[in-house]
Amino acid sequence: MASNPSPVQIRIQGLEKSFGPKRVLDGVDVDIARGEALVIIGGSGTGKSVLLKHVIGLLKPDAGTIQVDGVAVETLGNREITEFRRKFGMSFQEGALFDSMTVFQNVAFPLQRLTKMSRGEVRDRVEECLAMVRLEGVGDKLPSQLSGGMRRRVGFARAVAHRPEILLFDEPTTGLDPVTTALIDEVIIDLSGRLECTTLTITHDMESAFRIGDRIAMIHRGKIVAEAPPEEFRRLEDPRVQQFIHGRADGPLTDETGPPAQQVGPTGGEGPRTI
Amino acid sequence: MRLPGPVEGFFTQMGRFVQMIGRVFAWTLRPPYDWREWLRQMVRVGVDSIPVVFLTTLFTGMVLALQTFTTLRRFNAENFVGSLVALSMVRELAAVLSGLIVAGRAGSAMGAELGTMRVTEQIDALEVMATDPVHYLVVPRVWATTLMLPLLVGMGNAVGIAGGYLVAVVLMGANPVAYVDNTFQFLELNDLFSGLIKAAVFGFLLAVIGCLQGFYTTGGAEGVGRSTTSAVVVASIAILVADFFLTRLLF
Repeated sequence: MASNPSPVQIRIQGLEKSFGPKRVLDGVDVDIARGEALVIIGGSGTGKSVLLKHVIGLLKPDAGTIQVDGVAVETLGNREITEFRRKFGMSFQEGALFDSMTVFQNVAFPLQRLTKMSRGEVRDRVEECLAMVRLEGVGDKLPSQLSGGMRRRVGFARAVAHRPEILLFDEPTTGLDPVTTALIDEVIIDLSGRLECTTLTITHDMESAFRIGDRIAMIHRGKIVAEAPPEEFRRLEDPRVQQFIHGRADGPLTDETGPPAQQVGPTGGEGPRTI
Repeated sequence: MRLPGPVEGFFTQMGRFVQMIGRVFAWTLRPPYDWREWLRQMVRVGVDSIPVVFLTTLFTGMVLALQTFTTLRRFNAENFVGSLVALSMVRELAAVLSGLIVAGRAGSAMGAELGTMRVTEQIDALEVMATDPVHYLVVPRVWATTLMLPLLVGMGNAVGIAGGYLVAVVLMGANPVAYVDNTFQFLELNDLFSGLIKAAVFGFLLAVIGCLQGFYTTGGAEGVGRSTTSAVVVASIAILVADFFLTRLLF
């Protein structure tokens, strides 16, 4: 690895992506420093997940670039991208656990695929990772036997098993009760602290965004519209930010039917929209 | 210029189909080899399909004998029932019927399984963990099916012929020795091989199509339902169309 500990580890510039006529990302610019925990918030269908999938090379941008440690992700070929992805651990919405495998096999999977560990080392590491997410002793269970919160945590254990430098969390708390959400947030903070990872989390849960993030950025209509550390973010005067933080149905997020960006087309969003 | 929707859809499907076949071949010989998964799929496609293939071919052989016996008796040619049943089963019916049945059983399962994995992001998760989903999921399914369908058809041939024997000899009172003689009199090794080649091609087609439908699933539970249905429908049509061209080619 070229060791140049530049403060910026992930740099996203002018990222654009459309699906058919629908423009999902419309020039996203954001930097993430090494060791930082960035949380990106935004309504459903604002392209948050799409952004995350670009960072790890599951999607290719139409325009713009994503650089991770100075390497442009979109230029990597099939082989290089496999190597590149070792840096990452990704936790998916709902966990995305392999439902034909036990919890143990799920967490062991990246170790068998990405490392040359022996059986014993794999077993130790899996147990260690399950302990980190506070799930000792569930190794023999199938994902279908676990609760939603437990499945997410198994997903975290699987994501961190091979000791990645960067952790990506896709809506880690969506659909969970407040207590479980708080627990998940704690686990995330704990993991990123202990493993000294850079983390990028996307969520629409403001509570957990404030808890997890060193810095919060808001995405709306395919662009980053605000970014600041949590305390500052809370006080931002941007009406869109305030509407989102306070979860109001009326406001600029929901009534931008026409201007200012007519050519952009509908980017989803919760509110009523007449296009 | 944009093509009309259905036309564009057809070409998209064809493109994906050809691309999927390419990826299957490209990944087949690359390590790591997941023998356990291959074996698991062979059991699921092959062993688990034995009962349905058995029943299908048994009754097809029986009906064939029933139909032809009464007809051929009018020409005093009832001895030829044996060869008629044998040739129909071995050259044609065992392969096509087993193909259709396995498409309904295993092809649909592939569509549903891969479709669910797609919509729950398990396929993305594989990719993120340095595992090509075609290598890991599609390759074992395709080759397991390509290998197992000829074996099922081999069994189906025997079962169908036995069914014909049962009806002709036990039910209709044909001469057992003459019937058996007649059964194998006109049957050539070539007939057997071409039937098995057909079976292998059908197995390959139905597995690729089943996996393909699952692989490109969009739209949640409803999408998985659509993929499952089209896995069966598209595979069945492909089998029937391929059967025509293979018959033309092989005989």
